[in-house]
Amino acid sequence: MRVPVTVTVNGTAQRAEVEPRQLLVQFLRDDLGLTGAHIGCETSQCGACTVLLDGAVIKSCTTLTVQVDEQAITTIEGLAPRGTMHPVQHAFWEEHGLQCGYCTPGMVLSAVALLAEDPHPDEGEIRHAIEGNLCRCTGYHNIVRSIQAAAEKLAAGAAPTPVNGRSSPTT
Amino acid sequence: MNPATFAYHRADSVDTAIALLAQYGEESKLIAGGHSLLPIMKLRLAAPAHLIDITRIDGLDGIRDEGDRLVIGALTTHHAIERDDLVRTLMPLLAETASVVGDRQVRNRGTIGGALAHADAAADYPAAILALNAELIAVGPEGERGISAGDFFLDFLTTALTPAELLTEIRIPKLPPRTGSNYQKLANQASGYAVAGVAAVVTLDDGGVVADVRVGITGTVAAARRAAATESALMGKQADEAAIQQAADLATEGLEPLADLHASAEYRLRVTRGLTRRALTAAVARARG
Ligand SMILES: Cc1cc2nc3c(=O)[nH]c(=O)nc-3n(C[C@H](O)[C@H](O)[C@H](O)COP(=O)(O)OP(=O)(O)OC[C@H]3O[C@@H](n4cnc5c(N)ncnc54)[C@H](O)[C@@H]3O)c2cc1C
Ligand code: FES
Ligand code: FES
Repeated sequence: MRVPVTVTVNGTAQRAEVEPRQLLVQFLRDDLGLTGAHIGCETSQCGACTVLLDGAVIKSCTTLTVQVDEQAITTIEGLAPRGTMHPVQHAFWEEHGLQCGYCTPGMVLSAVALLAEDPHPDEGEIRHAIEGNLCRCTGYHNIVRSIQAAAEKLAAGAAPTPVNGRSSPTT
Repeated sequence: MNPATFAYHRADSVDTAIALLAQYGEESKLIAGGHSLLPIMKLRLAAPAHLIDITRIDGLDGIRDEGDRLVIGALTTHHAIERDDLVRTLMPLLAETASVVGDRQVRNRGTIGGALAHADAAADYPAAILALNAELIAVGPEGERGISAGDFFLDFLTTALTPAELLTEIRIPKLPPRTGSNYQKLANQASGYAVAGVAAVVTLDDGGVVADVRVGITGTVAAARRAAATESALMGKQADEAAIQQAADLATEGLEPLADLHASAEYRLRVTRGLTRRALTAAVARARG
């Protein structure tokens, strides 16, 4: 039996009737077309499916859509206006905080949530905060550097920056 | 990878949750954070026909100071416990334990009530709950009852809770002055769960003699338990290195250790004794201030 839900996703209220066993990551990817939340392990280990629930990181493969009824989800697509990069995304780009990019949406959202709670984390705190996000490419050092750079950008009041060298056709 | 089909119910009060449990019986399961239940439902190791969501029940969440004790609502998340000022000052052992459960995403969703009710052999809280001598409050069709931590953990995934009951809160007596505590964990490198975990609480008297000591062990055995021989060996002694070492060596006395692909029985016992020594040493240092 389907259940009616209203979930605010990236600022827009989404009304839907969903199967109770639907995972939040399926709602986001299959129903809403927001494919930024990746499905890596599907067993709660890798964090590729990380999104923000009322500002806190969660694994959307281990959350049912019905559990977030009447709550607010932010995905990587909702972090900055289209055609621009959030300062944390910009810092990942500048500091080579990604290679294949598979882990990156989750990694960026974990960094955003960390810096919202603790604007000046030390290296240990950064590593503690990204324990739930596995990266098979970078070896993490550049990710830590990216988050350190992002902290400085945000402290200096950085705003979203245009995506470099490419003008989005829809903006 | 989805769970098998189920009907979803959202309880708005403890009474509704208990009524739903009574109505659907063995076919039903409570869901809190879902971070133990959903993974096993996705693997089809569990397939309840009815899920009863308790996370919207008012008053089951949060931490209160009740004079001689601290009360933690069953729905309080691991992250909230890790960061809470009351817990950090009055019951640092619990904050320390919460901070090493899984990862940040898990700590944002998982609840202390769910962790205790699930009673995974490799879970972290049981050691601290035993060492802090907590009381767990359950509500069922017959009303409310308190279960002491020592009577709560029975076997693999088995507690003193009946299927008709809901865990509502955990009551922890405040610690006397000159008390120190510590949690030591050997985490499984892949899952983060405890291969072995030891929590120690030590109270010293004016002369540095051990006036009270409690040690909880998790991970090593199917059901978390106190290290009785260690405790009695240390009581009334000067808490020096030799006495701690001697007491820690007794930590595994009478234990039936688990053996699996993560660790052999012998390895678990050895690690448990080592972690006990470290936990006691750190607790004593903190008790001295
Ligand atoms: C990737 C990952 C890593 C993890 N690592 C660790 C770790 O290192 N250490 C550790 O200790 N744990 C770990 N966990 C488990 C985690 O702590 C869970 O949050 C916890 O075990 C269950 O809490 P929950 O609120 O998610 O409960 P749920 O999954 O919702 O429920 C678990 C069980 O408890 C029952 N239940 C829930 N609440 C109540 C209640 N109030 N009264 C009665 N019954 C109730 C449910 O019916 C169910 O049977 C990990 C989990 C994951 C996914
Ligand atoms: S896909 Fe969710 S944790 Fe890996
Ligand atoms: S950049 Fe490839 S997994 Fe992290």
